[in-house]
Amino acid sequence: METRGKLKIFLGYAAGVGKTYQMLTEAHQLKEQGRDVVIGYFEPHGRKETIALTEGLETVPRKIYHHRGSTFEDMDTDAVLARHPEVAAVDEFAHTNVPGSIRLKRWQDVIVLLEAGIDVLTSLNVQHIESLNDQVWHVTGIRPRETVPDWVVQEADEVVMVDVTPRALLHRLERGVVYAPDKAQKAIENFFTESNLTALRELAMRQTAHQLEERREELRLPQAVIPGIDSPRQERILLWLTPHPATAMLIRRGRRVADYLGAPCTAVYADKEATALEPYLNFCRNLRIDARAIDCAEPPKAVAEYAREHSFTQVYVTRNAPDVGKLVNLARDMQITVVAERVRPE
Amino acid sequence: MATKDFCRPDPDELLRQIQEQEAHDARGRLKIFLGYAPRVGKSMRMFDEGRRRIKRGQDVVIGAIQSKGSEDIDPMIREFEVIPPLHVNGGETMNVEAILKRAPHVCLVDELARNNPPGSRNAHRWQDVEELRAHGINVVAAINLQHVLEQQDAVERITGRRAANSVPASFIHSADELVIVDVPAEELAQHGGGSSNLKPHQLSELRELALLLAAQVVEEQLQRYMDAHGIMQSWGTQERILVCITPRSSARAMLESGARATQRFHGQMLATYVKQGELSREAEETLHGNLDYARKLGAEVHVLEGADPIAVILQFAREQRITQVFIGHTQQKAWKFWTPNPVDRLIKAADGMDVRLFPHTQPA
Repeated sequence: METRGKLKIFLGYAAGVGKTYQMLTEAHQLKEQGRDVVIGYFEPHGRKETIALTEGLETVPRKIYHHRGSTFEDMDTDAVLARHPEVAAVDEFAHTNVPGSIRLKRWQDVIVLLEAGIDVLTSLNVQHIESLNDQVWHVTGIRPRETVPDWVVQEADEVVMVDVTPRALLHRLERGVVYAPDKAQKAIENFFTESNLTALRELAMRQTAHQLEERREELRLPQAVIPGIDSPRQERILLWLTPHPATAMLIRRGRRVADYLGAPCTAVYADKEATALEPYLNFCRNLRIDARAIDCAEPPKAVAEYAREHSFTQVYVTRNAPDVGKLVNLARDMQITVVAERVRPE
Repeated sequence: MATKDFCRPDPDELLRQIQEQEAHDARGRLKIFLGYAPRVGKSMRMFDEGRRRIKRGQDVVIGAIQSKGSEDIDPMIREFEVIPPLHVNGGETMNVEAILKRAPHVCLVDELARNNPPGSRNAHRWQDVEELRAHGINVVAAINLQHVLEQQDAVERITGRRAANSVPASFIHSADELVIVDVPAEELAQHGGGSSNLKPHQLSELRELALLLAAQVVEEQLQRYMDAHGIMQSWGTQERILVCITPRSSARAMLESGARATQRFHGQMLATYVKQGELSREAEETLHGNLDYARKLGAEVHVLEGADPIAVILQFAREQRITQVFIGHTQQKAWKFWTPNPVDRLIKAADGMDVRLFPHTQPA
């Protein structure tokens, strides 16, 4: 039985902050220390300084996929497994694999490498963390399509924040280090505004800090006690799923709050025909939220009863869900959190 | 929809902002590299930045280096022009006069928290830096967390040690740019951390403190930017909880819950009471007890006034960029759709916020 490899994530807040650069620098250091290191996947983005860092490191060739008359390239996970290095550097953790791949997402390939006992270094931007999806959209107006479930990031052995100031990053863009000039100009006008970058940077710092706290908790190190409160109350969160589109946002928000409060999180869908809503139930399961459907005639009543029976301390519901008022009225003995969509005004 | 409003600042305010901006532009910029423990590589990053600036054609000198040299740094320093220190009463200090005379574009200053020997121009090195900035010289500096005055209690709690010299946090907050130099604690413990003898979990706690300090500085920068551009919007990068207190509400449960969430999110808790006519003596006492308890748990307490409490709360929540409002369930007997109850109105209007309703049970 192979011991699981260790995962180290270089976390940034935008393209060009230097995640890949730092990842490859570390790969070189490990090689100098005598470890067997390969590059499993590298995305050059035409950045000279970063490309120069791949020299002196063995790169496992990419796999070519043919799909409907087009060719695509992606990481050759089988080849990395066959080569079986001690450490593999795998760029762009949140990447969605090309059509024809065995697994949908690169992070799933990384898990395969870890399970084979290979240590992995990888790069990730904070906006690709699933539970931050709505907030990132709210701040930037862009909804990242490629996301990584929070638990995958939480299972990393190390998360390191790669920090530069927005000003330095904007200089890099202007000098053409990050993108070609025409693309750089567009980027500055759209995504790379000083306020966007500042907000994302703060999120990355807080995420990294939270990660450290979680890690110490796993190691059961003592936590700080708030003066004035005797014992910490164990929260249990129940999400009420409805067919309303805001439910995806509810699930992400619930996941995030539950993680921060260290609370177990469950989702229920209650209706006359509890077969619908399969995509939301699957989404929950992907985020490691226990999700179930209840057959019932009166959904608000069923949810309130379910919460009482299973001693949940809070019920989460979207503001737009039908029957929110009924639930609130039926469950005045309980804590109910009504979540409003983070609307982006324009 | 009220998460973003472009407000028109009054002319005096605009003039003040312009003057402030002009004064700010004439001042040298300050960039700080913040490390969470010795040997994380903050000086390295600072000199690396200096080197890159020289490459870009900037005039860079070193104003102060560490008293104890190190193998990694010594070869780097040779690439720079170093302004030698001044010897005062058997001690060393940065030679401010010589630097001002030399008037470089950028001056690198290591060990920002050093105290100058008695008889020096300024008591502390950070004051020397202020003087350089006042003369339009840009400064790039490096500092460790244990030297930030307001962090010293927390650092001592973690490490059992307290650094003798420090810099006030307000100086750190005044930096134009702050960069966090982040390295995993395990690595530091294995390689460089030997000199400090700190255990990985201690380094991890220091690392978290440094990240949160940096996040706080960045949050302020974000707010300044938004205010300067007349953008009233809550982006919720930091969780901010508003607990609404009435004489009848189960304030203790709400406040305790709020305090826990605030701690876990490293957020802020605010508590508010909207004045509602005359209260009985008993209600008055309960209310004051609740407000005192809020302060004890670290909440910022605001007593507000207005005819429509819900409108007042909403307005205040928007101004304060609140992400979660805690309020008691309505105590009306039934939820009748023809009489919109206050809590329902709050829920409907609280765009971009979570509203958490609490039951009216008196805790034992």
